[in-house]
Amino acid sequence: MTSTRSGFNALARLLHWCMAVLIIAMLFVGVGMVSTVSQLHNTLLALHRPLGIALLALAIVRAAVRLICGAPRLPAAMPGWQRAAAHGSHWVLYALMIAMPLIGWSMLSAGGYPIVLGGSVHLPPIAPHSVALYAWLRAAHTWLAMALFATILAHVAAALFHALIRRDGVFASMARG
Amino acid sequence: MSRAALCVPCRLAAIAAVVACAGGAFAWTAGWLTPRRLSAPHIVNTFETNYGVHPGYRRNHAKGLCVEGEFESNGNGARVSRAAVFAPGDTPVIGRFAIPGSNPSAPDASIPIRSMALLFQLQDGEQWRTGMNSTPIFVVRTPKQFYRQLVASKPDPATGKPDPARLDAFFRANPETLPFRQWLKAHPPASSFANTAFYGIDAFIATDANGNAHAVRWQMVPQTPFEPETSAQKSDPNFLADDLDARLAQGPLRWRLVLTVAAPGDPTNDATLQWPAGREQIDAGTLVLRQATPQREGACRDVNYDPTILPDGLKPSDDPLLAARSAAYSVSFNRRTREEAARSQGDAQP
Repeated sequence: MTSTRSGFNALARLLHWCMAVLIIAMLFVGVGMVSTVSQLHNTLLALHRPLGIALLALAIVRAAVRLICGAPRLPAAMPGWQRAAAHGSHWVLYALMIAMPLIGWSMLSAGGYPIVLGGSVHLPPIAPHSVALYAWLRAAHTWLAMALFATILAHVAAALFHALIRRDGVFASMARG
Repeated sequence: MSRAALCVPCRLAAIAAVVACAGGAFAWTAGWLTPRRLSAPHIVNTFETNYGVHPGYRRNHAKGLCVEGEFESNGNGARVSRAAVFAPGDTPVIGRFAIPGSNPSAPDASIPIRSMALLFQLQDGEQWRTGMNSTPIFVVRTPKQFYRQLVASKPDPATGKPDPARLDAFFRANPETLPFRQWLKAHPPASSFANTAFYGIDAFIATDANGNAHAVRWQMVPQTPFEPETSAQKSDPNFLADDLDARLAQGPLRWRLVLTVAAPGDPTNDATLQWPAGREQIDAGTLVLRQATPQREGACRDVNYDPTILPDGLKPSDDPLLAARSAAYSVSFNRRTREEAARSQGDAQP
């Protein structure tokens, strides 16, 4: 079907799809590395930190792009609860995209760990060395990761619902612009 | 269009299938669908089942004390590693002496092994953490064997000790454990932490300034001459801490850090084997320990001595134990810090 509404701009789409791949990879890396006792543990751990910082930078750029360029309007025919769910879940996604790397960074700081990105490149601590704070942030990092994955699943299901059932151009606005 | 041919319920089912597959893959990666697959929480849970939970303490090597001092590098180590810690100069060290086991009040003589863990705080913010034992080799080669040994060591409720028959069956089924058991038989425990040599056990890969890789192991060789544990000490449950305090009151204690460089072909993935004698040894400098503190208030309490936390110039080898140690230590650290946080919250309330 054709739609007269304009889609997301090219930069927003590029950021969305790059980050989609990276965030989903990151979530799998995260749950995998805390479980496995194989050599994969070291590889995944070494990947997790630089990828997290890269995602923080991308999330900040993306939030700025969203604030400056905005998003296409949702179709007028969408029921109110679906609109509310769309807006609410987007807020949650943005909040978690920015919060997760910051919590990870603070958590390692509070645990007294060096925050190694690769070789001798490492970041300064952004929280005091405190195991009570570490314990709190460490739990938050896990639970918010679960929340992020659940929100992404809901987001994917909604996107596919727009693409396959409603066919209202919402999916195309991010897929094709 | 072809997709118009699909009925609405089919399309809804397709959406559900995509979500279910993604969720299932995530659950599998996390290990939730494979409870029998060996994981880090699995290993730590087994420590807890075997020996109980001692809140706030490490799940293994629970009984210990903190020490502080510095490492005085003489620059010789730079031949194999570009790590800043091997350039001439001093690096502050936060260390910990301990005995293996989950019971934080176990008698010192109950086990013939001791450990030394060190955190070298490099100037640029990098760290080198190492957990060493008083044995040059480890009892098992793989994480799976370690787990099986732990299961075989489960104390018999009647005696409080492992069932010798089960443990024996494990040793017989795992002949890799023989060199370790023979080494222990031939080397009685020392009378002090101060006169004990400690070994990094696993192999690591050192990278020099030109980018060349060298497989290395390291050890701390005490300046204090060896003396065996005395019979009076055997009946004193805390002799190691008292002895260390007494010695440190007289002055600092020293160890030489010796790097052993592998020859081509020496195995780096088998911690149950020593490298042949005659390998190049590099005296990289002196560890000087000046002060001991009980672990409840010492700086080492809140440190996870994960042996894979390494500065640029050192990295883990292909030894399968290293990743498992890292993963399991992390679970132990997460649990005990949570307990610590709950405790400090309880203290804050009147």
